[in-house]
Formats: sequence, structure tokens, C-alpha cells
Amino acid sequence: MTRHFSRKTLLKWAPLLVLLVLVVFFTAINPAFFSLRNFARIAITSSPALMVAIGVTFIIIMGSIDLSMEGAISFSAVVFAFMFKFLGGTLDSWGWLALPLIVLCGAVFGWVNGMIHVRLRIPSFMASLAMGFVGTGAAILLTGGNIVKVDDELFRGLLTVRYFGFPIMVYVAVFFLLVGAFVQSYTPLGRNFYAVGGGEDLAHASGVKVRRVRVMGFAIAGAYYAIAAILAVGKIGQAESVSGANFMFISITSVVVGGVALWGGTGGVWNALVGVLIVSVINNGMVVIGLPDFIQDGMLGLLVIIAVVLSTDRRSIQVVK
Amino acid sequence: MYELKKVDKKFPGVHALKAVDFHVNRGEIVGLVGENGAGKSTLMKVIYGAYQPDGGQIMIDGKAVRFGNPRAAMEQGIGMVFQEQSLIANLTVMENIFLGYESQFVRFGVINWKAMAAAATKQLAKVKLDIDPGLVTAELSFAQRQLVELAKVLTLEERVQGNLVILLDEPTSVLAKEEVDLLFKLVRELTSRASFIFVSHRMDEVMELSDRIYVMKDGAVVDVVDRGLKTVEQIQHKMVGRNVDKEYYREQRQKPFDASQELVKLAHVDLVGRVKDINLTLHPGEVLCLVGTEGSGREAILRTIYGMRTPVGGTITIKGQPVSGLSPQGAVARGVGYVPRERKIEGIVGGMTVYENMTLSQMGRHSRGGVLRIAGERALAREWIARLSIKASSEMADCGNLSGGNQQKVVLAKWRSGGSDIMLLDHPTRGLDIGAKEDVYDMIRDMSEAGVGIVLVADTLEEAIGLSHTIIVVKDGAIQKQFDCAVGAKPSLYDLLHYMI
Repeated sequence: MTRHFSRKTLLKWAPLLVLLVLVVFFTAINPAFFSLRNFARIAITSSPALMVAIGVTFIIIMGSIDLSMEGAISFSAVVFAFMFKFLGGTLDSWGWLALPLIVLCGAVFGWVNGMIHVRLRIPSFMASLAMGFVGTGAAILLTGGNIVKVDDELFRGLLTVRYFGFPIMVYVAVFFLLVGAFVQSYTPLGRNFYAVGGGEDLAHASGVKVRRVRVMGFAIAGAYYAIAAILAVGKIGQAESVSGANFMFISITSVVVGGVALWGGTGGVWNALVGVLIVSVINNGMVVIGLPDFIQDGMLGLLVIIAVVLSTDRRSIQVVK
Repeated sequence: MYELKKVDKKFPGVHALKAVDFHVNRGEIVGLVGENGAGKSTLMKVIYGAYQPDGGQIMIDGKAVRFGNPRAAMEQGIGMVFQEQSLIANLTVMENIFLGYESQFVRFGVINWKAMAAAATKQLAKVKLDIDPGLVTAELSFAQRQLVELAKVLTLEERVQGNLVILLDEPTSVLAKEEVDLLFKLVRELTSRASFIFVSHRMDEVMELSDRIYVMKDGAVVDVVDRGLKTVEQIQHKMVGRNVDKEYYREQRQKPFDASQELVKLAHVDLVGRVKDINLTLHPGEVLCLVGTEGSGREAILRTIYGMRTPVGGTITIKGQPVSGLSPQGAVARGVGYVPRERKIEGIVGGMTVYENMTLSQMGRHSRGGVLRIAGERALAREWIARLSIKASSEMADCGNLSGGNQQKVVLAKWRSGGSDIMLLDHPTRGLDIGAKEDVYDMIRDMSEAGVGIVLVADTLEEAIGLSHTIIVVKDGAIQKQFDCAVGAKPSLYDLLHYMI
């Protein structure tokens, strides 16, 4: 009994252990890794990725998958940039209105995604992948392939203004992480995500509106993608049709590395946080220890596989698809 | 030729097989009958190698053998014809027939489909099925799939030296009368090649087909009957023979129900499929039991009241209000609770805690402004854990780790704490040990006293008779007979069986 218990405890904390081991490992090779400046750098790259990972975590808890994030972010980023300019181009004027509006816009994008999945009975994998392309396409259409600059100093304060060494965008990300944790643990909707992922038939038989829960999950994910888009624009000061590139790999990898099971029902936003940090630390650490950039991609892939092996419980799975 | 000597099998808490002696002669058809839980399926699993006996011997032609798995048993000539669902629906007929044994058709790493098709046609000819072996299995009728199953098992003939023993598990449950006749004719012809063990709930079919019948009860063989020596009634008496203990089912607590009010009324309800013209009325405090064989339509009726099946005709009235387009959500809102047979699939969410499971169907009541009041949920869960004496370390325990009986109590608590006053119980005692069963019986009486109307599909006939105020016998989707079961005037098993089969 005690052995069983300790195994369970170990599995629960395995992702965090992996993260600590990575930090120790990179620090041992180059002590410069362990510095506030470098941690701020890791936090900055992690912030938009964390928002995406939290969004997709809710979907994965339900046992579905969402692959629309790249298109959703590009689309949100571009629409945000245009809206921001149209409303005055600075947070000082009506430009601030673009912030809540774009989160709402992202939620609508996700809602459409969910409706396509639930109403048309298309597997979430396919529906969201297609919606992602629609988003990217719309972003190209809007920009005509150009870059839209957002150079309001107040808005760029997301990156430039720092408290305790960390820029504002990191605090924004932490705030929405807490919001995500609240939704997960303290709302009927969050509870229902777990019920649907743990036993959809049962949730249905208990009177849970399963289809509504699914659509709501996609809408919340869409809102988080929009927040990620705002942070991504704030980080580089521009929006374009490739603003969302690479977020799919990093977010889904993070969620899995963090210990959220792809078949649904377990894990949560804290796992997403640890997962994002693991992937960011690997990425950052490879630069810091001076690995040539042409082998970094390959190494990232290998390290992710190792991290998944170490941090997830695969014993109870009989069939891996 | 095939023989079991004093075979014993124990599971935690259950002595499933008690020194069972069993033998099959060459070319013989042996019937196997017994109630649910009598040990039939355990015995079958021992025979085809899915279970290893704890004691006793398995002999083939006088030599002791031991099977580690079903494949080892197949190599000794023992094959199992499962009910139709064991074929893989998206593969072709020939792929299903030779599943796991494709290597005989492989040349240089490539499957010779022509050779496989030819071999499959030969196998299908044995069961007189004239279909293209390249057809996808999903396109076949149930009867055809049953024959494909049989053909698959008959491939053993070419692979195995010696005689075959073929188990038929409820082969007729999805077949029409003419198809059953064809199957029986085929089985009789095939006795020149194999012996058969025939398991069925339909007593008349077992009597018709079998040379000898083994009667099982409580894990032991209680009688072996040669063809024609006993009547259906005599065999049934052996099957159920135990004295029904009145106290066991808490009959002293059975009170007359309130017939002046109606909780649920079904009038002329028809469903897609066989279920036609269902009329029933449930009153407060009444235990209404639906009795019938597997597939008779009793579960379908239960699910209709819960809104999981939509009737194509007739009316449903709940608490005096006619409802149309009933969904599970609508049913829950009207105070209906459903305790499903498959606890693991539809009863509790493993991985979620006890309190989360209890409030799953009533989160609206435990939240304000979209925020859950977890302290309130936990207090409620603690109260019900104490009330039903649920054995869980706390309300935070993972429901998946509780025993079956305690899981069942959590499911009941889920509905009762939410104030449901119409309870639908589908095999609430299945898989529970005696003590846990008695707890469930007590809970049923408690609910009755509180004015809850209960529709029950019981695990055994004794349970149905013991617990209910009213019994409705369903056969082939139609109500055959309604019995009044007031204490002291309960119908006997034989009264019921007469209408069931």
C-alpha cells in the first residue's frame, strides 16, 4: 500500500522534478543560466505559450484536441493590431477597448470551432485543424502579407516596464493563470470538463449538458489564444499572418510534458505551467550552453521525448493511438 | 473426451466454481443452464482458457492439460463462439476468420489474398453461408455474423489433431425464429465434426438441442439431465431451488404504496425496435419491477423514462404533466434519478472525488454566480457518507478506488441528496457481495418509506419478487402480465417464468 502511494505521489510531482533537474543540469554547465536576467528571458518566452497551453489544457481535459491555436493567434493578433490603430493607436485613447474586444473575438472564434465540432459532428482534431487554416487565411487576407506595426509606447510597456526584474506581460500571464486555475477548480464548468473527460456517457446520464460544455470549452480556449496574441504582439511590437507560428508544437508538447493525459480527465493548468517551463527551459538552456543552432531543433525533440517518458504515467495505458 | 474433474475457482469474496465435474463426449451437444451469477460464464471461461482453475483438473482424452490462455486452448481444439460482437466490424469476413492466423497465406512477407479468399470460402461452406469473403463484416446481418463466428472456430478443424469442442454462448439471443432453426440444424449436422456446449437463457431451445443438460446453481452443478427425462419446470426448480428468505429482502418493511397519486405514467409507448405499446404507472412509495430475459426490452423501458431513448409513439406523463422530447437533463430536472448497470461507465467518474461525484448532477444548486461553494458540497458529502455508512477515507477519496458496493452507495447518494423522487435502478446489486446487497435492499426500503417511486430491473427473479410491490413481465418488447406483489401474496418464480419464456 505504501509503495503504491509513493508511486502515485512521485508521478504527481514528476514533471516538477524534471523541471528542477533541467535547471540544475543547465546551471552546472553554465552558471549564467541561474540568473534573474535569464529567468526573466525564460518568463517572457513562456508567457504567450502559457496562455495557449492553458487554453488547450481545458480541451484536452475533456478528451478532445484543439489544433486551431496558430490560426487563432495570427487572426487575433492581426485583428487586434488593426482595431488598436482604428481606435486611436494608443492605450491613452479608446485604444484600450481593443483589449477586451479581441478577447471576446477570440472567444467567438473558439465558439465557432466548438459548434463545428459538436453540431456538425466533426472530430475535434479535424474541425480545429481546419479552423486554424481559416484563421491563418483570414490573417493573410487582412494584412495582404504585410506586417502591421504596433508601436504605442504604453502598450509596449508590457515588455519594457519591469517590476522586480520581470516585465508586465509576465504578471499578466500569471493573472490569467490564476483565472484559469479558478475556472478549473471553482466553477461548475471546470468540474464538467473533468466529468466529460472522465466519462462522457456518465456525465450525460447525470444530466450534464455535454455538448454545451464542449462548446464552452472551445470558447474559453479561444479567449486564451487571444490573450496569447496580445502578449505576442506586445513582445515583438508587430502583428502579421505568421504571429501564431510554432505555438502548436510548444503548447501541446508542454501540456503533455506537464502530465495532462491526452485521453482526458486528469491534469490541469498547473501541469500546463510546469510543462511550458520545461519546454522553455530546454529551449533557453540550449542557447545558454552554446549548442549550435542547427542541432537545437533535433535536441528539443529528443529532450521532449525524454521529458514525456519521465513525467507521465503510461503504465495504465493499454492502447496508444 | 473433454472432462473437468473437481474444478474450483475463487475470486476475492466469491467462490465461483465449487468442485465442478463436467464432461463432453464425442459428437455430443451439452446444454448449460443456470441463473445469472450461478457460475456459467466462469465455467465457460475455464473451458476456453480465459481463466485458470485454482483446483481440479482439465482432461482431454484422459490426459491432464493446462491452458495459459485462450489460444493455447484453441490449439487443443477448444473454440468459443462469442455473441456476434467479437468480430471486428471494419475488417472483411476473411480477415476476421483468419485473424491471428494469417501467416499461412504469407509468401515473402506479402499476404496472398486470393488464397485467403479461397480458404475462407471453404470455411463458409461448412456453415452453408454463401457470401463473398471480401465483404466488410459490418454489412452482414446478425445471423450471418453468428455463422461467420462459427466458421472462424471451425478453422480449428484443419489446424488441430483430434476432436473439437465448441462453446456456443447465447448464440440465439439476436436471431429470429427461422434463423434459430437453421442454426440448430447446422449444429446437429456439425456433430460429426465437433462436440458442442450450448449456453442459453431460453430453456425451450436448450431442451430442444441438447443431448444432456448441466444445471448450475451457486457455483455448483446441481443436476445433470438426459434428453427428455425432465420437464422445463423440473429443471427450473433445480435452477432456482433455494428457499427465498423473507428477511433477506426486507419484506417486513414493505408498506402499501400511495395509489392515489401518479409519479410516472407511460401510455401506449412505442420505441424504435421491438418495444411496442408499453403501459405502466408508478406511484409514490411503490417498487415496480420490470422482469424479462436479457434483451426483452426492460432496459429500453427504463431508459425511456430517463429520456435516453425517445419514444416514437404514445405519451409519457411525469407528476401529472405530459412531457415530450424528454432528455436526461429534462428528466433530472423533474426529479428522476438513474442508477445504471455499468457503474464504471455510467455510474461514477473514476478519478473524481466522492463529493465531486455526488454533486455532478446538481452543480447548479451548489454554485452561486457561476462559482462553486465547495465547502457546502463537502459538508453534503460528509453527511451522506455517514448516513449510508459509505466506507471511504473521506469525501476527498477517489471514487474509482472504492469497492463496488460503496460506489453504488455514492451513486444513490448522488440522486437522493439532489432530492430525486423517481429512481430508476438497473441491476443495482450486480457484482456486489451479500452484505453490500443487503445494504442496497435497506436503502430501497428507506426510499419507499420516504415516498420515492422506484422502477427496478433486478439481478435475479427472487430479488424482483422479494423487493417489489408490482411486477411487470416483459417479453420480446411487449408487456405480458402485471402481478400484484403485496406481502404474503407474492407470485412464485414459476408464475413469472411461465410468462418470460
